[in-house]
Amino acid sequence: MRLPCADAINAYALRAIGQGERLLPRTGIELCDQVVLIGSGLIWNVYFAAIALSVGFVLATGLALAKASDAALLRRPAAGFIFLFRGTPLFIQFFFAYEALVLLPRAGVEVFGITVQTGLMTKAWAGALLVLTLNTAAYSAEIFYGALRSVPKGDLEAADAYGMTGWSRFRRITWPTMLRLGWPGYTNEAVFLFHSTTLVYLSSFPAFAQQGDALYYAKYFAERTFNPFVAYPIAAAYFIAATLLLIFAFGRINRRLNRHLPGAAQRIRYRPQLIR
Amino acid sequence: MFAACADPASLEGLVWMMCYLTSGKHLMFYMSFGTVLLVLAATAPLALGFGYGAAMAARSSAAPLRWFGHGYISMVRGVPDIIFFLFVPIALDQGIEYLLSRAVCDPSVPVRQGSDFIVCAAAKVPAVTAAPWVHNAYAIFLAVIAFAIVFGAFAGNVLYGAMKAVPRAQLETAEAYGMSRAQINRRVLVPQMWTYALPGLSNLWMLLIKATPLLFILGVQDIVYWARELGGSKSHHYDYPHPDWRLYYFTGLLVFYLLMTMLSERVLDRLRARLSRGQATLAGEQMRKALA
Repeated sequence: MRLPCADAINAYALRAIGQGERLLPRTGIELCDQVVLIGSGLIWNVYFAAIALSVGFVLATGLALAKASDAALLRRPAAGFIFLFRGTPLFIQFFFAYEALVLLPRAGVEVFGITVQTGLMTKAWAGALLVLTLNTAAYSAEIFYGALRSVPKGDLEAADAYGMTGWSRFRRITWPTMLRLGWPGYTNEAVFLFHSTTLVYLSSFPAFAQQGDALYYAKYFAERTFNPFVAYPIAAAYFIAATLLLIFAFGRINRRLNRHLPGAAQRIRYRPQLIR
Repeated sequence: MFAACADPASLEGLVWMMCYLTSGKHLMFYMSFGTVLLVLAATAPLALGFGYGAAMAARSSAAPLRWFGHGYISMVRGVPDIIFFLFVPIALDQGIEYLLSRAVCDPSVPVRQGSDFIVCAAAKVPAVTAAPWVHNAYAIFLAVIAFAIVFGAFAGNVLYGAMKAVPRAQLETAEAYGMSRAQINRRVLVPQMWTYALPGLSNLWMLLIKATPLLFILGVQDIVYWARELGGSKSHHYDYPHPDWRLYYFTGLLVFYLLMTMLSERVLDRLRARLSRGQATLAGEQMRKALA
């Protein structure tokens, strides 16, 4: 039995990462081409979201702790960083970062004897990823900071009573509670970041050899066929499916974080973007 | 603009800078900040109206209306708003031209010919001969509609939640007084929902501010367009040659948005205090005690 769209899958399934047919479909564009190519673009959205979220999560935890710290030397820079990234549009951040990264010397910068290849940073896969990571770190840090401040006093007093201090108190009491309280908000942030990855190729970062994300290809088809009623709904359907998957995964983590509290793990209701 | 700027090549230092920053194109750049504020001012009430309508529809007792309301509110979940920003203006543009072409063009000629969308010259919106500013204004109009549709759905979500948060007993009391449904809405529900809606609506306002640079991808000559245009390096063929200054221009845009955010936060804090007055909430109770 032949797969439906077998030709299109052969030609374009990995087009977004440079495999398969070199030229994009130009004339006689069929539905198969659109579905496969837009789906292929989703690779980039998943790539950006996955790495930005995992690195951003670590950064955000550090930033939230720094913002809640008593030492002004830690608190001020963290608060400033969060304010800067939350107060400005991601779209402008992309443009700004691109212009700044272009100014880096082409040959690379020597840091402690290691040559950092700065030329890479003007490519979307590195430069845009950096911007997305810092952006989500700032938004997530604000969520975690709020959660950190609502860690119940009693829990911390109980930890004190057990003689827990420093790292062990943080790892066993503060951090899990912070995550548990911040998780619904963080789920929203993750969805929003995933959706924001569509901005990468619409802003300053060029798509090398027409290797772009889902929306890049959707826009390509809409412009080529003068018909927005096919390509955009296809892209929308992919994003709905991916978003449901993301919410499901985060819901599982939420259940795990709340497993010691029967009945406390409410289903996460995705409230689109309202907490940003 | 100034008489001293008549011969830019002879200028130096501070005077050069002053003349450079008041050149014709820079004045258009400053005007485009006005465009952003205009879009904000036009979108916010429109989106609030859409949202109010959607929330009311979602609460309606007529099932089709309720389905429509819920459908519209949940439309934005799962789909990136950027897709709507790209989709709505083109779809609207084609819809308008299609309807117009059926009225004024030869109806036997199909609009879709192969992969082309063709209407006769009389059905073009705006007309081919229209001045460039008309085209720009039309692009802004379409953008405002797109923003209003997306943010209307968000606002509908917030207002629907806020209406549900108004204590049930208040509405029942109003019913017991014999008020009609419209009276209950006007006198009890709407005045009380704002305090519950405000946190969500303030977030939306911040989101809307940060969505305005997307005008650029809709082809409007907005601040991003001018920042790229003016910042790019200019050879000696230009009146004011300079190297690539885009970084400085985008720094300026970042500062503009930071200021907008700070200003909005101040105003919203005041509004929050104003709306909490006399409400059956913690904040309202605190204000009552502070006065007593």
